[in-house]
Amino acid sequence: MKLTKALNRSLWAFHFNSGSCNGCDIEIVATLTPRYDLERFGVKLVGSPRHADVLLVTGPVTSQMADRLRRVYAQMPGPKVAMVIGTCGLSGGIFSTSYNLAGPVDQIIPVDVYVPGCAPRPEAIIQGVVTVIAKLERLEVGERND
Amino acid sequence: MSVFFAALGGTILLASFAIGFGLLLTGIDRRVAARMQARVGPPLLQPFTDVRKLFAKQNIIPANAIPWLFNAMPIIALASSIAILLYLPFGSFAPVLGAFGDVILVLYLLIIPSLALVLGGFASGSPYATVGAQREMVSMIAYELPLAVTVISIAWRLHAAHVAEPFSMLTLMQTPVWDVVGPLGSTALLILLVVMAWVTPGELSKIPFDSPEAETELAGGILAEYSGRNLGLFALAQAVKTVAVAAFGIILLLPWNLSPFLGLTMVAAGIADLVFFALKVLFVVSISVTVVRMMMARFRITQVVGLYWLVLGGLGALAIFLLMADTSYVPGMI
Repeated sequence: MKLTKALNRSLWAFHFNSGSCNGCDIEIVATLTPRYDLERFGVKLVGSPRHADVLLVTGPVTSQMADRLRRVYAQMPGPKVAMVIGTCGLSGGIFSTSYNLAGPVDQIIPVDVYVPGCAPRPEAIIQGVVTVIAKLERLEVGERND
Repeated sequence: MSVFFAALGGTILLASFAIGFGLLLTGIDRRVAARMQARVGPPLLQPFTDVRKLFAKQNIIPANAIPWLFNAMPIIALASSIAILLYLPFGSFAPVLGAFGDVILVLYLLIIPSLALVLGGFASGSPYATVGAQREMVSMIAYELPLAVTVISIAWRLHAAHVAEPFSMLTLMQTPVWDVVGPLGSTALLILLVVMAWVTPGELSKIPFDSPEAETELAGGILAEYSGRNLGLFALAQAVKTVAVAAFGIILLLPWNLSPFLGLTMVAAGIADLVFFALKVLFVVSISVTVVRMMMARFRITQVVGLYWLVLGGLGALAIFLLMADTSYVPGMI
């Protein structure tokens, strides 16, 4: 369970919708289309959190989804990264005053990278992935120096 | 004792070759698939990166799982995939353990990696993995029929032509069945070629036969609970099995070597045949895995059984009748 160069070049993503309006989900799908082709960098969408390195969370966390989100995050094998996509996940967005909100994503699970936008463009999501890779590389160097 | 050491050396050599070549094939498959979708695609060595990453990750054993079974199955899958290779001739190289098993043994050995997957799926204690394991069992039962029909009819035709030891893998490689048959038999063999081309993606659980691993509906199916090293071992087993299944089809139906045509001998012949064999494996994987996988959507499990038993089983039966008719016209030796 340590950070490696191989991890940065082979990020497998699991997509979790914690109460999003589906706008950000569509943009994630758009990011994976041939136009942007994230598979060039080894990024792949997987069907099970057990296979994933990156958790893509969209939407504010509804009270029903809070426990599910915690469990899905716990099911991922380490080292793992959580990435919030869209304004709702950052702050609650237009749902921030809703009676049914358990809170923004970072009150439920630890978040590494935020991608703001409603919905964020695919370019912004790619910028987020690059930030993830940069962060992992920084941590890897830190781990080597320890 | 010398047999033991030959087998040991052969195993290590074949295992490293097949793992490297199998992962490279996966990389080529992903790259070609990307190009067919007008994408650039991942680097050719991406599967190596993926496996390296998986081996460095945490290995989770679910609380519901049966730990010893859950952990043993990836190893058994990889070991049995490598064991298949010991009975297959590669180019003009004779099989390492050719004297100890024939085509029927290979037919049974091909089942074991899938069986290991099934047991691993049941041992995961997850409903997704259980459903995936049940589907894998059904599709195993489905593709075994056309596969067995192909093997038996080819071996029977060689027997009818009075070829010695028609069930030996080496005989199948050295005596192309195409040289034995007449026009009716050639038609039958073309039909069997189509059957084998459909059996190959089924054996490898690739689209359209990937319902056991259906990512969209079963969250990875059989592999849903596997992570880290265990998932990496399954990826290696899949890579080795890709080589084995493609090689098996080639030995049955596309067995020619390059050296007799070029008039090569000794070491040059061995190398040329091996390279040619590898190219044939690449060809088979590109046609019956990559192209098919890009062209089609996933079959439902009932459609898989219908296709393999009724359509391909029927085609296999037709091929058997044609081969029988062929024997009465061209009964002679090569």
